[in-house]
Amino acid sequence: MSLDLAAVRYRYAGSMSVALGPLDLSLEPGQVVGVAGANESGKTTLCLAASGMAPAVVGGHLDGAVEIDGVAASTLRPHELAQRCGLLFQRAATQLTHTTATVFEEVGFGPCNLSLARDDVVARVWWALAALGIEDLAPRDPTRLSGGQGQLVALAAVLALRPKYLILDEPTSELDPAGTGLVADGLVRAARETGAGILLVEHKTDVLARIADRMIVLDRGGVALAGPAAAVLGDDRLVELGVEPPARVRLARDLRAAGLDLTPDLAGALE
Amino acid sequence: MTAPDRTSAPAIEFDGVTFTYAGGTRALDGLDLRIEPGETVAIVGQNGSGKSTLVKHLNGLLRPDSGRVLLDGRDVRPVHAARLAALAGLAFQNPDRQLFAGNVRSEVEFGPRNLGVRGRDLDARVGAALEAVGLAGELETNAYDMGYSRRKLLAIASVLAMRTPILILDEPTTGQDARGVALVGGLVEAAAAEGRTVIAVSHDMRFAAERFGRVVVMRAGRVVVDGTPAEVFAEKRWPELRAANLEPPLPAVAGARLGLGSTPTDAALVAAVRARNR
Repeated sequence: MSLDLAAVRYRYAGSMSVALGPLDLSLEPGQVVGVAGANESGKTTLCLAASGMAPAVVGGHLDGAVEIDGVAASTLRPHELAQRCGLLFQRAATQLTHTTATVFEEVGFGPCNLSLARDDVVARVWWALAALGIEDLAPRDPTRLSGGQGQLVALAAVLALRPKYLILDEPTSELDPAGTGLVADGLVRAARETGAGILLVEHKTDVLARIADRMIVLDRGGVALAGPAAAVLGDDRLVELGVEPPARVRLARDLRAAGLDLTPDLAGALE
Repeated sequence: MTAPDRTSAPAIEFDGVTFTYAGGTRALDGLDLRIEPGETVAIVGQNGSGKSTLVKHLNGLLRPDSGRVLLDGRDVRPVHAARLAALAGLAFQNPDRQLFAGNVRSEVEFGPRNLGVRGRDLDARVGAALEAVGLAGELETNAYDMGYSRRKLLAIASVLAMRTPILILDEPTTGQDARGVALVGGLVEAAAAEGRTVIAVSHDMRFAAERFGRVVVMRAGRVVVDGTPAEVFAEKRWPELRAANLEPPLPAVAGARLGLGSTPTDAALVAAVRARNR
């Protein structure tokens, strides 16, 4: 059981250049795979390809294979795809339905469409809101939320579908540090409780350091670095690939560059 | 109010400003804040604390329910939004709520055109603004063919081209990679060097500590901590920061653990460690 991309290459409609690939990637249930890379390095395109949105919804041309638990994504119907693979857009606001009056209904919209029993839907909505610590937003109007609140609600709506694989394109970009921490913890909890595999595109490498098991760094559509998250995040090539190292890595490097020994007290202060 | 003076920024003052959105969310609750000409101010605070609402009062997008917003001591309430727009340029948090034109050129031209700029002067401004954000050569590109991070930079360029004495950036580093964050930081410092007032809303404590002379912490529609980065991120302020759902940046934490005082940036920590070892 896994979400697999094999020798994937993708071109957007009307474009001659390859936006992604050639690329191989495997995402297993219960695992968090982090994706970092400079702007325009292919992170969002990877999300679209891995979730089956590209080319099915956005057009373009894909070579290679995207398989979800051994089934080609291209053969799945939209509702089948949605239950296997949840996608959170980079622009969370574009994801809200604008048809609901409250956050509670908004988060329940997806589960309702899965024809679940009412109690089941209600339970899923509360579970998703609680996973992100936003139960208090339940009665609010989803169109009148701050940028960060909207992002949390959109993520809750994806979690409530309980997909087996979650593809998240910068889920914390508009969140304050506390919200970012909540999402990180919430994702770990969701992965543990539902066994979901999570593909997490994130500029905040401190978040990846905290929750990613494995990582890839993209460069011009291809994989420039791959491996256990700690090893990738400590790699000296990160900066030239346009990725900010985690604060601890960066500070340790700054101190050494200034000719200062990383004595135990210094190293301890950075933990 | 007379035609705006383009060469110097006015002092900004919020005097007991309260603002409530339709639907009952009180975003500003008796806000008091004074910003002097030429200051660089990072406004930080948790989601929903009123940061974006605050900056939208500066260019006339929102008007206070009570209290006053003053520029050089004069209430902005009777001032037409177009006049305010010439004084204070705001790059939106979400570029898709700002961008509307067909291509990059017409997008960036729109603001200065509305200020009456034409011909070579217009071309020069558009060119300089795009150069500043690293989008030179994209004049004919359709904005919607660009990724989010570049659309965000385009939104910033279209405000830069207006050369307003007050530059306001709402979460400018969101979605930017390391180079983009450094580029935006450089823009802040360049605008400040020209004597412009720069106000940025940010969740990025490192960006706030490294690039701004002053950090203002908001919570529930009010200012709760205000000072230089060294003052705001000093250990004695951590309880207030944490009450506002913020965490001090790692160099500040490391400096405090080592008993080196307030070291809000990597550079400050390195300097303090070096001084200690000497």
